[in-house]
Amino acid sequence: MKLDRRKFLNMLLGFGGIGGILSVFYPVVSFLIPPKTTEPKVNSVKAGMSAEFPANSSKIIKFGRKPVILIKTDDNEYKALSASCTHLDCIVQYKNDTKQIWCACHNGIYDLSGRNVSGPPPRPLEEYEVKIVKDEIVITKVG
Amino acid sequence: MMKKIGSKLIDWIDERYDLTPVRNLLLHKKVPEHRHSIWYYMGGVTLFLFLVQLFTGILLLLYYRPGEDSAYESVRFIVTEVKFGWLIRNVHSWSANLLVLFAFIHMFSVFFSKAYVKPRELTWITGFIILVLTLAFGFSGYLLPWNELAFFATKVGTDIVGVVPVIGEPLKILLRGGEEVTGATLSRFFGIHVAILPAIFTFFLVMHLLFIQQQGMHEPEHFKNLPEEKKKYIPFFPDFALKDLLLWVIVFNVLIFLALYSPWELGNKAQAFASAPEGIRPEWYFMFMFQTLKLLPAHILFLEGELLGVLFFGVAGFVWMLVPYIKIKHRPNWKIQPLTLIGIIIVAFIVIMTVLGYIL
Amino acid sequence: MRKRFFYLSIYAITILFLFGFVLSEKKGDKTKQGTKVDQCFACHKEIENLPKDFSENDIHRHANLSCFSCHGGDPNSDDQDIAMSPSKGFVGTPKRKDIPKFCGKCHSNINIMRVYQPRIATDQVEQYYTSVHGKKLLAGDENVAECSSCHTAHSILPAKDPRSSVYALNVPNTCNKCHGNSTLMKNYNIPVNQLEEYSKSVHGIALLKNKDISAPACNDCHGNHGATPPGLKSISHVCGTCHVSNMEYFNTTRMAKAFEEQDFHGCEQCHGNHGVQKPNDEMIGVGKDSKCIDCHTEGDKGFAVSKKIYSSLTDLKNKYDAANAKYLEVRQKGMNDVEIGFQLQDAKQALIQSRTLIHTFDSAKVSDKTKEGIEFSNKASLLAQKEIDDYSTRRNGFAIATLAFLVFVIALYFKIKDKEKKAS
Repeated sequence: MKLDRRKFLNMLLGFGGIGGILSVFYPVVSFLIPPKTTEPKVNSVKAGMSAEFPANSSKIIKFGRKPVILIKTDDNEYKALSASCTHLDCIVQYKNDTKQIWCACHNGIYDLSGRNVSGPPPRPLEEYEVKIVKDEIVITKVG
Repeated sequence: MMKKIGSKLIDWIDERYDLTPVRNLLLHKKVPEHRHSIWYYMGGVTLFLFLVQLFTGILLLLYYRPGEDSAYESVRFIVTEVKFGWLIRNVHSWSANLLVLFAFIHMFSVFFSKAYVKPRELTWITGFIILVLTLAFGFSGYLLPWNELAFFATKVGTDIVGVVPVIGEPLKILLRGGEEVTGATLSRFFGIHVAILPAIFTFFLVMHLLFIQQQGMHEPEHFKNLPEEKKKYIPFFPDFALKDLLLWVIVFNVLIFLALYSPWELGNKAQAFASAPEGIRPEWYFMFMFQTLKLLPAHILFLEGELLGVLFFGVAGFVWMLVPYIKIKHRPNWKIQPLTLIGIIIVAFIVIMTVLGYIL
Repeated sequence: MRKRFFYLSIYAITILFLFGFVLSEKKGDKTKQGTKVDQCFACHKEIENLPKDFSENDIHRHANLSCFSCHGGDPNSDDQDIAMSPSKGFVGTPKRKDIPKFCGKCHSNINIMRVYQPRIATDQVEQYYTSVHGKKLLAGDENVAECSSCHTAHSILPAKDPRSSVYALNVPNTCNKCHGNSTLMKNYNIPVNQLEEYSKSVHGIALLKNKDISAPACNDCHGNHGATPPGLKSISHVCGTCHVSNMEYFNTTRMAKAFEEQDFHGCEQCHGNHGVQKPNDEMIGVGKDSKCIDCHTEGDKGFAVSKKIYSSLTDLKNKYDAANAKYLEVRQKGMNDVEIGFQLQDAKQALIQSRTLIHTFDSAKVSDKTKEGIEFSNKASLLAQKEIDDYSTRRNGFAIATLAFLVFVIALYFKIKDKEKKAS
């Protein structure tokens, strides 16, 4: 009986000990595995394959916590600009008929290099760099 | 099976490096058992918390990036993106606070049981230095997340250094790495926190531990006076060590509990020119000093109140460090000995000022 | 003897030297015929009789034009009578009523002006005579503004130069020199508080306080050379040059027609003119600050529409505020807020757009937009709540770990007890 109690206690000690060690190691090992977004500050973002992106169209890319509008012009050139309108932070869109960037909130208009052309926007849109790496579009912050 | 491998390994080492001193220490070290034995565990808990700090600190170092534009972002990244990052960060912050708390408890328990008297003067002094270094750890680490609260607390804290005559201003500039608290201060504090302090700290900690192992546990007066056969001891290994382990595991669990249920908020990013947010407070363990300085009148005689306060704390700390050399005549008809009384007054002062700091 | 010779030679050298200097001066006069000294300027400067507002930086001086270019006369003669004789074309200071023509000699002539800037405007004088200022001047009123009243006479700078009296930031004060003068304005029955009102307006604060030169100054609404109060019909066009959507929406409504019939001033009717403030949601609806109830009364259709628009707008506003508060909490706690931020941005955009859509006075259009915004807000709220909950429900893992620790602690405790028993 006495022996049984000792064995039982040892078993408990073993289980508890291993459990305790695991519950320390599991978080630590998980911590060591680098997370998906490996950088605390985003400096570049992949925006899909260039072949799948039709000319004269645009899409909004999430660049960290900022939206960026990526535009492919008629002659297959890429433009990436901050998508936050400089007037009141609405998200701008590409007008494929007038080939301008347009903000729906107060009809602000920018040209394709981000200059504020008409309407209330006080400043141009910030520009981002676009590179094509192995057919994949990569947007990077300038500077 | 495991035991066999273990003893073989020990034999292998023993053959080459002669483990007799270690074995002797482990086998012969005894810990007195009496009604105040519980205080013997405080140093151990402090040590354990330090180890937790060391470990979580190294982990945080993997993702933390010092710098004005990256410090806050990287801490945010740690607590939002990195798996269990929130846990590691919160354990680090909580453990820091508990570490200071237990260091204080350890120190006062040593003080009241008069464990610092000859031959343990150096143990006391190294211990005091370790406490000061721990506070420096806390102060420098507080700034690293680069949030508003930390920024202004550091500003106020370093300002206080500036009131010391002659050396204050240069010292403040040295600490801040410039006239103001800026990104330069952040890099400086980072360096202090992860390189300079650990190096000095390790040295004093090793000394402190060596002294204790060399001299064994202190026996308080009432225990020493017992007849030899009534003195109860327990062996340090494994009995005391197992109890230590037991306590450590409990403390560890409490630590995780606190990290989970009462996590430290990240707050807003520090902006150098923003106006100070409400409720700028130092960490609680600086509160009693902060509050005292606040309560002092602007001028005392011809001196500035703040300056007087800073000088007072400086001198008081120094005297406190030299307590083993202070001899006050024993008064047999006093119920409480003078030194003990002073200790009680100090504890009461610290407690009252801290409480005042939080309610005023 | 020797001494005397020495002195003589010094005299001789000096005289020779002076003579040579005069000669060379004369020679220089002849060779530098083209860029020789402008006698008008030289003389007037010497006798300190330059115009009060004279500035070295004046644009005309920089274009190598001088006094005679406008005032006529002969700059080559240092004789006052010759230089300023009418026979040499001297016209002196023009009379006030002649100033527009005086400037127009060059400024209305594209052949002269195109040298300085290919697409420069030359219609200023023409425009001026269509303005109230111009008409009154023609009618013989000498108190009204002419060119120099705004541009100054002798320190004229281009409008894009921040030192210029007509630089965007300076325009309000330039106009106010006269329009803020109550004795001057009494004759015309015009109030003098425009600048005061304007400086408190959303435009004035943007321009004067925040130095945002994209904000409109006086001339952006009233014109400059053709300055005139905007007509009833043009008022919405004037505002609409910047507030495009608002104008477009408004012009298609029945309200626009009704306004015209009633002689109401478009935008101004609700928003005011010089003192225009940042609009708020209380301007719609049927509360005490509502502009709608100025005309609409309980029971009519407009009253109901206004009420409906207000309620859907405030509904979105409240939902957005609630979501935003949660978002801030999430940020404060250091949880993942990126996606919530994006949803909130969409919600905010919908809020802005629905506020613009008020000008359709169509409650269905507004509520369609606000519904969109409410959806985004709710989504953001939901995500934020999840993060906040997550914050306090990372407990399962903790429970498991605690269990393991607990087993270990209990087993260890009994083990120690056993040992102690054995020892005793």
